[in-house]
Amino acid sequence: MREWAQYSVDEKGGRATVVVTGPLLVSSIGKIEPDLRAYRDSVQTIDISGAHPIDTVGAWVIHRFAEETGADIVGASEQADVLLEAVEGASSDATISPPRAHSFGDISEKVGIKVIEFFIGVRDMIGFMGAVLMGFGSLLLHPRRFRMKALVRQMELVGVQSLPIIGLMSFLIGIVIAQQGAVQLQQFGAETLTVNLVGRITLRELGVLMTAIMVAGRSGSAFAAQLGTMKLTEEIDAMRTIGVSPMEALIIPRILAAVLLMPLLGFYASVVAIVGGAVIGDVMLGIPFWTFLARVQEVVPVYDFWVGMVKAPMFGLIVAMAGCYQGMQVKGNAEEVGLRTTAAVVQAIFMVIVLDAFFAVFFTEIGWA
Amino acid sequence: MSEQDDRHSDVDDIASEHAPDRFDGEFPIRIHGLTNAFGDVKIHDQLDLDVKRGEILGVVGGSGTGKSVLMRSIIGLQVPTEGQIEVFGQNITEAEPDEVIGVRNRWGVLFQGGALFSTLSVGENVQVPLKQFYPELSQKLLDEIASYKTVLTGLPEEAASKFPSELSGGMRKRAGLARALALDPELLFLDEPTAGLDPIGGAKFDELLRELTDTLGLTVFLITHDLDTLYAICDRVAVLADKKVIAVGTIPELLENDHPWIQEYFNGPRARAATATHERGKALDKPDGQGA
Repeated sequence: MREWAQYSVDEKGGRATVVVTGPLLVSSIGKIEPDLRAYRDSVQTIDISGAHPIDTVGAWVIHRFAEETGADIVGASEQADVLLEAVEGASSDATISPPRAHSFGDISEKVGIKVIEFFIGVRDMIGFMGAVLMGFGSLLLHPRRFRMKALVRQMELVGVQSLPIIGLMSFLIGIVIAQQGAVQLQQFGAETLTVNLVGRITLRELGVLMTAIMVAGRSGSAFAAQLGTMKLTEEIDAMRTIGVSPMEALIIPRILAAVLLMPLLGFYASVVAIVGGAVIGDVMLGIPFWTFLARVQEVVPVYDFWVGMVKAPMFGLIVAMAGCYQGMQVKGNAEEVGLRTTAAVVQAIFMVIVLDAFFAVFFTEIGWA
Repeated sequence: MSEQDDRHSDVDDIASEHAPDRFDGEFPIRIHGLTNAFGDVKIHDQLDLDVKRGEILGVVGGSGTGKSVLMRSIIGLQVPTEGQIEVFGQNITEAEPDEVIGVRNRWGVLFQGGALFSTLSVGENVQVPLKQFYPELSQKLLDEIASYKTVLTGLPEEAASKFPSELSGGMRKRAGLARALALDPELLFLDEPTAGLDPIGGAKFDELLRELTDTLGLTVFLITHDLDTLYAICDRVAVLADKKVIAVGTIPELLENDHPWIQEYFNGPRARAATATHERGKALDKPDGQGA
């Protein structure tokens, strides 16, 4: 068991002496420190001849006690003297905790801050889009500066490596749509329309949308975290000083990779989902697998394919821009990287879904229903 | 890495039961036959080193000779391929996590980049080890400790409430030292503490270290490239080369060693300048010749 520092009070002829004994160490001071802090009676001397060993925390507690009571310290060993002197020289009343916002602070102030932050965010985002466009422009003028290797690398990360997970997800979604659709359609004997349901909804909507969400979670977050960490470690500043533009070396390859690969991934996802539907058709509805696929070709108009393919690059752009923008906004500390990564994913998914709703109305209006 | 992180987690209950006993053996750190390898690349091969109690041991060596890896092995962040490391007489490499805790609260580590927790202020950084090991300390005392430790390491008072990202590189080093000293440890590991400090700041850091070592009876394991630091405060210097500690001794002893690297190191132009400064300093203010 631990040995604690102790104290006793000794009164002789009107002079009170506080005698401190035992080890005066950070590990043993915890019990007497509150008592000494609350000690209110008058004290003339503090005897620490029985206190050994001593460290700076012990010395500090004695020093503060002596200062508060105006008592003299006696019996200090040579080491204790040095330590007392050292802590006395270092005493200060510095504040330790930086001002932090209270969790239940002024609501109106918080709302105001949020609103202002929102508009600043919109402005900065537009600024970032401008910077990306300028970057593209200057690359068009100087095509030799284009980073082919970085682009290919990002295409591998964003596209090739996400094939298994996107495939699995789409296959299961195809199964779910076909199975749930079939249950409902069977009620009025229209279960063969399951083919239309699966074929059209995956090509028009779900293939691209689910892929965008998956890419936002996989790559958008990675972009934000990578760029954010690079900002924290001053790598991005280092690139600038060497004359490498982070826009050209980091951001444009990522955005291009996402924009180029989203249509491919989206189409792949749709096809795998249709295959999933065909499997259920075969198992549940008695529509042979190959018949299901052939039927898809007949019932799905070709503009459904185009609806998906028009949206896909837009979604890729949104996901990559949100990731890169948030990553580049990181400053200060590691917590910020986490916050910005979350913001990148949430923003990307939210904007993708909003845009998808607009597209749905738009394409119906122009007759691609 | 993750398995090592886990060891830190359930420290508090156990630590409060075990007060550190002061170590009174001769060698707080004993390394025997240490081998470290990353893949096929051997960093250390059968390395031996003893650190004496109360000394400041400077560790020097060219870049990539494994000085930092050696330090990481001793503090348990790098599991060695082979060999034994004893800290305070306890075998670190084979000990159970529970047993190591009693050792952890007796050392302080200053990493090369400071490694301060970026979401906490400097003062709160200093309080982290205190709260972890001594939950009984009152918040008031913790605040006082954090503020005097901050000032003790030569930081201005205002720095205590600042975040690491608001500090300069040199100030971050000092803040890292303040955290390393939070528990008044017996053993201090410093990885290039004066690198990146201005010469005056570096000299003050050296002075502070010497003073703390003498008053607190610290044992210091100091990795450095700073020749001034070596001359000014190190009791002994260990030279890492050829995957081993090729020599340990005082600087005059090392000067007699005819290993080419040692000769080049201590007889290069920078070393001569450092010697000259040191000699001058000794002649001026320490006539007894018992240089710091």
